[in-house]
Amino acid sequence: MKWEVVMGLEVHLQLATKSKIFSGAANRFGAEPNIQACAIDLGMPGMLPVLNEQALQYAVMFGLGVGAAIGKRSVFDRKNYFYPDSPKGYQVSQFFEPIVGEGLFDVPMSDGSLYPVRITRAHLEEDAGKSVHDAFADQTGIDLNRAGTPLLEIVTEPDFRTAEQAVAYLKALHSLVTYLGISDGNMAEGSMRCDINISLRPEGTDELGTRTEIKNVNSFRFVERAIEVEVERQRDILEDGGRIIQETRLYDADKNETRSMRSKEVANDYRYFPEPDLLPIVIDDDYIESIRELLPELPGPKRARFVDQYGLGDYDAALLVSTRSMADYFEATVAASDEAKLSANWILGDLSAAMNRDELSIEECPVSPELLAGLVTRVADNTLSSKLAKQVFEGLWQGEGSADDIIESRGLKQVSDSGALEAMVDEVIANNPAQVEQYRAADDGKRKKLSGFFVGQIMKASKGQANPQMLNELLSRKLDS
Amino acid sequence: MSHSDLSYASAKKLSTMLKQGDVSALELTSHFLDRIRQLDGPLNSLITVSEEHAITAAKAADKALSDGTATPLTGIPLLHKDIFCTKGIKTTCASHMLDNFVPPYDATVVSRLNAAGTVTLGKTNMDEFAMGSSNETSFYGAVANPWDTDRVPGGSSGGSAAAIAAGFAPLSTGTDTGGSIRQPAALCGITGLKPTYGRVSRRGIIAFASSLDQAGPMTRSVEDAAMMLNAMCGIDEGDSTSADIAVPDFTTLLEQDIAGLRIGLPKEYFSSDLDAQVSAQIHAALAELEKEGATLVDIELPHTHQGIATYYVIAPAEASANLSRYDGVRFGHRCDNPKDLMDLYERSRSEGFGDEVQRRILVGTYALSTGFYDAYFKKAQQVRRIIANDFQRAFEQVDIIAGPAAPSVAFKKGEKAADPLAMYMEDVYTLSVNLAGLPGMSVPAGMLDGLPIGLQLIGRSFDEQTLLNVGHRFQQRTDWHLNTPTLAGAIS
Repeated sequence: MKWEVVMGLEVHLQLATKSKIFSGAANRFGAEPNIQACAIDLGMPGMLPVLNEQALQYAVMFGLGVGAAIGKRSVFDRKNYFYPDSPKGYQVSQFFEPIVGEGLFDVPMSDGSLYPVRITRAHLEEDAGKSVHDAFADQTGIDLNRAGTPLLEIVTEPDFRTAEQAVAYLKALHSLVTYLGISDGNMAEGSMRCDINISLRPEGTDELGTRTEIKNVNSFRFVERAIEVEVERQRDILEDGGRIIQETRLYDADKNETRSMRSKEVANDYRYFPEPDLLPIVIDDDYIESIRELLPELPGPKRARFVDQYGLGDYDAALLVSTRSMADYFEATVAASDEAKLSANWILGDLSAAMNRDELSIEECPVSPELLAGLVTRVADNTLSSKLAKQVFEGLWQGEGSADDIIESRGLKQVSDSGALEAMVDEVIANNPAQVEQYRAADDGKRKKLSGFFVGQIMKASKGQANPQMLNELLSRKLDS
Repeated sequence: MSHSDLSYASAKKLSTMLKQGDVSALELTSHFLDRIRQLDGPLNSLITVSEEHAITAAKAADKALSDGTATPLTGIPLLHKDIFCTKGIKTTCASHMLDNFVPPYDATVVSRLNAAGTVTLGKTNMDEFAMGSSNETSFYGAVANPWDTDRVPGGSSGGSAAAIAAGFAPLSTGTDTGGSIRQPAALCGITGLKPTYGRVSRRGIIAFASSLDQAGPMTRSVEDAAMMLNAMCGIDEGDSTSADIAVPDFTTLLEQDIAGLRIGLPKEYFSSDLDAQVSAQIHAALAELEKEGATLVDIELPHTHQGIATYYVIAPAEASANLSRYDGVRFGHRCDNPKDLMDLYERSRSEGFGDEVQRRILVGTYALSTGFYDAYFKKAQQVRRIIANDFQRAFEQVDIIAGPAAPSVAFKKGEKAADPLAMYMEDVYTLSVNLAGLPGMSVPAGMLDGLPIGLQLIGRSFDEQTLLNVGHRFQQRTDWHLNTPTLAGAIS
């Protein structure tokens, strides 16, 4: 039987607010245990939550970013459960009336197409602390630094059919939230955590199969692998005539398998009820419009503009807008060189390769857009062949100055003087009569191959600086005559 | 002035004496500390006496008095219900669970009263986590009513009410979730005011039912309540539910004429549930207000009885979540040698909480459970709205509402302890006021067989002023509030 995979995603996004969602304690990653937790975060008796308005603003920014309905009235609820890293014995969340309602989010795919994903809702809540199992022998430590970190939980409809779509969605989401500046989106540090709801059904049927939920997957690659192994596991069970148990599973990256979490977790009754310590959030159109004015140009519109304004392909445009700094880098390069396509090629080609090789981000890139534009300009005006340009780029990367400085100091200027080139061609032809004879005797197909010998000789003589285009023209004129 | 005069002097009188130098704050503090030491044994109205803190505060008050930086409350001794977090002073909520809890912060009310110069003498006994109407659920033992030590003082602010009635301080804080200020005030013959929900910050007050809890003054006169309320009120950025609404000086309009004021008498408050003799005394008290020119109007609050069921769903539901933080992990009682996490939770909580607290956690958990939420919690929220609407309609006809604060005078210890439903009836006249978020006050309005009776006044939202005005006029005409009990061991 052929199976269709049906998946919906829940992403827990940590918001990059200065302080926590309900207290004034700092919201930072990586401090010593329990130094960023105040009396409110510790759930001390009598302490009350006060909503951080920045968290609300960020949630509204997200809602506007995915074109979702913003809840004019939203309400916090208590989600009750006991766990040592949940200091109050309940999590303050939004269950009945979330801040962000339904939306539609266009996800760029690798073939340049857009895949629309329906956003069900997004709601604000507080993160829990962490249990630390390796700090004390036979005991568990509790670190409440993370308790009260603002989270936006983003839920989609079951719109994903492939792991590729799921990962593309996560990448687009990552791109959106970093554009908005509402999260650092750092998956390794837990700023963006993904739960995958996954089920299989016979292809061509409508009814959903029993699903499992894979919790807290923390990298794009693991999402892809977790989906692959879980789909395989479910398919094996179904094809053996078995039934899927609805449960929460964990992905173990070391063993590349998913495994069941304790069933106790599944049986929880969270007893949601409205949080009486916080008033409902009531916002009006003026507030929403004032937030809309804060929005930067988002990846979707920017991608369309890049295609339109710079004549780029869909795929290149999507790659360039994937981060705001990459897009800004591109536009700065174009501004300084007036060469859009060439700039895009260099950024997505040699520059990206060098950054990957040295594990640098675009912010850490040693070549400024202005420096790269200098190189692009010299390629465009034929001062540099693409081969020479690569050498100049290496010079830029090593910090040897501007493209022109490097051309000068390394003596890399392309020889485009037709007189000088002609002299070189004549000399090579004169010195290699046998090859000339062979060439002239050959048919068109073979001639192309044989001309390589002459090009090589001249490039050797010119130290690679001969303008290849002019050289080819000259050669064929002289040899063919 | 003799010492016994000091014990029962109003805060207003003491304030004048302090300003004039007739007595120092330190002398006053020592006087009340001595009196507590001498007389509180049989009453058990205090859990903690904070002598060191009191002496330090009294010295600071004397300095402020001599510097001319004193407020009307500077140097006035005061007690806090043991539900208010007090920095450096053990705060137990009368529970074994918090027997070892010393907060590193003051409740907003405490810091405001400290800033006004009051001197905290100690922390008063109460029902455990404010759950009770007789002060019999305290881990530290029951409190006795100073008028008859075989009887209860009411609850949950029973320790505060008993201490004020016993002359241990002129002022005490209390909290009122379903009547916990007004009912003990009535049973002990003192003045107790529950302000409008949101008037006083809840920050630092150990939560029972967050949408109902409200702190207020417990005093011997309305005038003192007004003075104390001035220092307690106002918006607090640390409590999102505290109201951003102007706070008047409640002492300035006390003398205002109340001629023409319409006072509503809900027929449901004078039904057969009410002791006939209490009813007669309440009517006599109302006649005094008529003599002041007020008009009595019969009104209806048709859902009064549904208030009990509504309250006993909402309050335990909220409490079940509020008390989840007491898990033995970070503070409070932790059982010995837990064998695993569940054992830690189960034993810490079973050992730390008393029966009534456990009962309410169970009831509240049940009311919120899947399959029961709509039938209980959601329904209760709907009825709560209907009850609030009843009051709103009534206030279209009248300016305030009056009736008894409790169905009877103080009952015997143990009399209702085994019957939770009978105990819950104690709050029939008070708890719908909490459900509606309105201000309510009890003032002494008679005696029956040597036991005090309280008249309850209920006002419009944020109109504490009218309650205080009416209560003060009543206390100008009557002297029920000046009655004092005879205490065992007291030197008169």
